[in-house]
Amino acid sequence: MSTETAAPVQMVNVQIDGVWLQFPKGTRVIEACRQAQKLIPHYCYHPKLSSPGNCRMCLVEMGMPKMTPDRNPVVGADGKPEIAWIPRAQISCAQDVSEGMGVRTNSPMVQECRKGVMEFLLINHPLDCPICDQAGECKLQEFSVEHGTAESRFLERKVKKPKSVELGPRVTLDAERCILCTRCIRFMKEVANDDVLGIVDRGTFNSISTHPDRILDHNYSLNTVDICPVGALTSSDFRFKMRVWFLKESATIDTNCGTGSNITVGSRENVIYRITPRDNEAVNGCWMPDSHRLNFKYVGSPERLKEPVIRPQLGEEGPTWQQAINLAVEAIKRNAGRVAIVASGRSTNEELFLVKRLATALGAKVDILPRSGVADGMLIAADRNPNTSGAKLLGVATGQFGEIVAGVKDGSITALIALGEDATKAGLSEEDLAKLDAVVATDILPNKTTAKADVLLPVSAPFEKRGSMINLKGRLQRLNRVVTAPGSARDDWEVLRDLILGITGSNGLHSVEEVFKAMAAETPALAGLTLSRIGDLGVDISLP
Amino acid sequence: MAYVVQRPELTFKEKAYLPSILNGLKITFGHFKKMIKGETKVTMQYPEEKWDSQLPEHYRGAPTLVKDEHDRERCVACQMCEFICPPRAITIKPEEIPSDNKFAKVEKRPREFEIDMIRCIYCGMCEEVCPEQAIYLRKDYAINGLTRAEMVHNKAKLYELGGVFAGLVHKWNPEK
Repeated sequence: MSTETAAPVQMVNVQIDGVWLQFPKGTRVIEACRQAQKLIPHYCYHPKLSSPGNCRMCLVEMGMPKMTPDRNPVVGADGKPEIAWIPRAQISCAQDVSEGMGVRTNSPMVQECRKGVMEFLLINHPLDCPICDQAGECKLQEFSVEHGTAESRFLERKVKKPKSVELGPRVTLDAERCILCTRCIRFMKEVANDDVLGIVDRGTFNSISTHPDRILDHNYSLNTVDICPVGALTSSDFRFKMRVWFLKESATIDTNCGTGSNITVGSRENVIYRITPRDNEAVNGCWMPDSHRLNFKYVGSPERLKEPVIRPQLGEEGPTWQQAINLAVEAIKRNAGRVAIVASGRSTNEELFLVKRLATALGAKVDILPRSGVADGMLIAADRNPNTSGAKLLGVATGQFGEIVAGVKDGSITALIALGEDATKAGLSEEDLAKLDAVVATDILPNKTTAKADVLLPVSAPFEKRGSMINLKGRLQRLNRVVTAPGSARDDWEVLRDLILGITGSNGLHSVEEVFKAMAAETPALAGLTLSRIGDLGVDISLP
Repeated sequence: MAYVVQRPELTFKEKAYLPSILNGLKITFGHFKKMIKGETKVTMQYPEEKWDSQLPEHYRGAPTLVKDEHDRERCVACQMCEFICPPRAITIKPEEIPSDNKFAKVEKRPREFEIDMIRCIYCGMCEEVCPEQAIYLRKDYAINGLTRAEMVHNKAKLYELGGVFAGLVHKWNPEK
């Protein structure tokens, strides 16, 4: 962002592989090369961390402008400064661009350097690829193919180091595989501000270790596994579960708190295996907390609600969806004017839009169940509902929860629609629910409210549906389907659509895109947007 | 373009037909006589008799898993065969080897290894891709069963068929 007082960005001319380009002053050479589509192999360099320059993989040939004795640049026949090439290779990660600098990223000397560095890095590296979790996304494998040799000249015995060391509850270290790039150490020190990792022992016995009195139990420790360029740090949860090349990677967002971190979910054959952060400078950078990334086991839980349930049961077999919806509509109509809706801040905008329609059609009181925790000052927000902003924008978060509770208690409310939330968590007791004439609940897992529900409709988990959410900073982001819902569970918006259909008649919504379109038409903040226009990185919207 | 095939001109002897019949019978009786005397043997009574000893070394029968001379499961569940298998006949569920195990150093092994022999096309890609020399196509060709489930070879069955292979992979030995 530029302001009037900010100093203008100074641009410098740099020649990369014979082409003169301009970069802002302060850009690292490796970054300038990346912007010029010249990817320089590297291990220790990470754009978010400091540059120790210890892996030596990013060696390039550099040169500075040739100077006359009176310190004026020598200009060549083409009108550009002539470059005096430095006779030895330089690391590009620890050097900023400067005026008239020249870089050769692929000269014979550079290629020879990379080959040499690669050979040194692989000297003590074990042949663990068949069992290593990093195989398939390992920078050592990738650059070994590009810059290494197929056979090792190292005939001596490899150095033995500890394998399968538990650094903390979630991270396992294999010291033999480590190339000592120190990314993990720098991450813990510079980003997590918890300097627990370090290098111990000398020379070839160098290995990563935690402080003797400490363990790596920081809530951001699994990011060290993501940034580890080799298989030295592995996630204890994902370890040996699935080879990475089988994983289908889907881009979606985290729904554990109001930050809405961007994530990539790895799944295979409808089973989620791991969640990794997805780069988005506007939201989470390239990190995410462990507590959020490991919270996906409930999706494949055998407890999941799979079929609609009605109480009392009709016959031997459970009800069809249509029967269950009809019964729910009947129960709601029977209590017209005395209905309240407990909505969820975990719902997508599309769902909340339909909730609002339902509430308007019924004249019902509606509010979302608050869910708060402690903010960690990094990526975990105090508001653990991922879509509170959306609920406020769409008029579902009304602050009427107290009235709903009071209404249920004094009998002015006789029917409750609980949409993915356990009403007993908000001041209503099970006796209160039992007193009601009708409880219609949608949920993914059984809880005290679903146990009391007269009509229980199974719906989809956040990984099983599409839609959009707005994070606390007002960024509209897209939720994508990763796996399919179990049994005959349906998308939440479909269930809501059917309920509205039963109560008011046709509404002509057939896809989640249409719901978004209808919502955008009625909501000024979303004007001109469609679900596909949100894109993978989301868009900022102005919240009223 | 159509063209005419010239029929051969037959002699009287050929047209008479019987001489050819007699000639054929002569050959048949010749063989019959040799059979009676036991001089030739043309039919093999499968499955009582089999030609297994004659199978070439490179014969590709059913894929099997092998153990090494220390009774270690060679397979480390790297799932390369599962990846390469053209008909997707292989399903592996990996697990970590517990730390008190003799082979804890190897770290990983298959908890379950299934090859669906209805799907298997005996192509040998699994054997070719295996970095641990753990899967071999052996000489078992008569794979049968009465149900689909029976045709799925599980880990126990695969090791039973495979047996022990010595040598070749030494990287997990104590010295290395």
